[in-house]
Amino acid sequence: MLATLSAAMLADTSGQALAHASAWAVFAVGAAMILTGAAGVILLRNPVHSALMLVVTLFGVALEFIDESADFLAAVQIIVYAGAVVILFLFVIMFLGVDRKEAIAAEPTKLQKPLAALMGLVVLVEILALSRVDHWASGAPAQSGVLNGPGDNVQKLGQAVYTGYLLPFEMTAALLVIAVVATVVLSKRSAGSPERSSQGDAELSGRAGDPEDSEVSL
Amino acid sequence: MSGDPLFANGLNLAVWVILVVKVVAVFAIVLLSVLFMIMYERKVIARLGVRYGPNRAGPNGWLQSLADGTKLLFKEAFTPKGADKVVYKIAPYLMLLPALIAFAIVPLGGHITIAHHTTELQLADPQWGILFLLMTSGVAVYGVMMAGWSSGSKYPLLGSVRASAQMVSYEAVLGLTTATAVLVTGSLHTSAIVAAQHGGFLYHWNIIHTAVIPFILFSVAITAEMTRAPFDLVEAEEEISGGYNLEYSSVDFAWFYLAEYAALITNSAIIITLWLGGPDGPRIAGHSIGPVWFIIKMLVVLYIFVWIRATLPRLRYDQLMDLGWKRMIPAALAMLMIIAGFQATTTTSGSGIAHYLAERKWGFLAIVASVLLYALLTRAIEVGKQATGLDDPTDAHHKVGGQI
Repeated sequence: MLATLSAAMLADTSGQALAHASAWAVFAVGAAMILTGAAGVILLRNPVHSALMLVVTLFGVALEFIDESADFLAAVQIIVYAGAVVILFLFVIMFLGVDRKEAIAAEPTKLQKPLAALMGLVVLVEILALSRVDHWASGAPAQSGVLNGPGDNVQKLGQAVYTGYLLPFEMTAALLVIAVVATVVLSKRSAGSPERSSQGDAELSGRAGDPEDSEVSL
Repeated sequence: MSGDPLFANGLNLAVWVILVVKVVAVFAIVLLSVLFMIMYERKVIARLGVRYGPNRAGPNGWLQSLADGTKLLFKEAFTPKGADKVVYKIAPYLMLLPALIAFAIVPLGGHITIAHHTTELQLADPQWGILFLLMTSGVAVYGVMMAGWSSGSKYPLLGSVRASAQMVSYEAVLGLTTATAVLVTGSLHTSAIVAAQHGGFLYHWNIIHTAVIPFILFSVAITAEMTRAPFDLVEAEEEISGGYNLEYSSVDFAWFYLAEYAALITNSAIIITLWLGGPDGPRIAGHSIGPVWFIIKMLVVLYIFVWIRATLPRLRYDQLMDLGWKRMIPAALAMLMIIAGFQATTTTSGSGIAHYLAERKWGFLAIVASVLLYALLTRAIEVGKQATGLDDPTDAHHKVGGQI
């Protein structure tokens, strides 16, 4: 198959076949990354390994976004999720010293595994059914969301966010600020416990200053 | 505006070949620059310390880094007993990768025509352009974290925990100041950012267009991002004896060394692209010599980085966090709002100072608001310190700064 493909590429001067093969290769690599990462997250026993596999999945998703010309989403996917969220996961895992192998056999809830399997199956069937029924879930490059008129995808997204969707955008921002303030308030100890109340200022380093909290176990 | 003209006629085999040649060329440029940079830094730092520096291997010692590299390759590759083998082996490559690929978006000046195909003198010009930089600097921390954690000993782990907190903190400043540069350009394309600064040496550069402060914030933040002096707490020798790469030896350590300098090269190139006009400069005898100007600017910026390393002492951990969160992020945010305010000017007829102010009312309003909010923030920090008993410096630093 590869031989015929490369022969077709050489014969084809307009580059259609090559462009098609490139797009297909990008999709295949992205899909493989997503699936490998997803399987790794649930199958690996070490929490740090799971977190790293989650990063692989995020990169795969970013790759698919680029394939669908959603460049801004791809960039944000990496910057926010891979660059900050998973880093904080790892930070917490390493800091709290929970990076040992988990005993998966001991389940907190009896029904957890069968329920999870059932839900996974339902979702899979749903996706397959949608891909049969609806045109927008066909797996081909997006048809309903194709850009019209001049301007890049990023430009259009920016204009949409700051004009038509300004209110939702600002509300999301306000929500995040409220969440941050709430986190600070909740994590701040009451003045009654003297050894911890003095550390509200620099939260990260303050935690490290407490020998009980930052037990490093390797 | 719409990216590289190489892809204007679709993708065919010739385009592919040119693409591969460009990839290899950029790779070679970065690696050769690293070899040069290591010697440049050692020479300059030696001179700043009134020493000679390495002067034995090759002419004036310029082959020293090649000799050191060869020596490293032949050393024993050692893996600690408690190490997480797979992650331990992957980490050096993950460290190197972001530093190398970020150089792809740097425009080196103008266009070049190879076999009837015109292409930009830059590897990639995606429409999300400068976001690519934020992306690579965001994932650069993985190398450090994985190396520190997988080594299976405590000092590297402490180093990597420091690194993750530091790099995530300064990411925000990097993003906000980059947004300032994008705001005055109106495009994320690195080629467009450079084109907007073209013509008029210094006067049209973003460093002037954004009133210098964002440039300084960006440079400080990117220094912290690559954990270079004075922000090198990640590898503080006196405290954690080398940090995340403590257990590495041989070729794995060579990758870390390479990655550090590749990041320095790439980030200097990014600073030049965003703020210092990229390859912009006066023509010599009617010829545009963009790449030459680019190299000259690189030497200057790299010299300043070495100079800073030779001059400034390392920050304490609480100073690092204070500087990032309480000084630089508010300042970057304020500058973003001020620049945005001045971008939203209205042009009307009239003259006189009142008219001048009215045209730029949002800009001046943003300045006033920023000053007021900054005063409020300073007051809030003071009140917070008094309330938590952190106003006594000696006491506070024992509790906060000493441990991490």
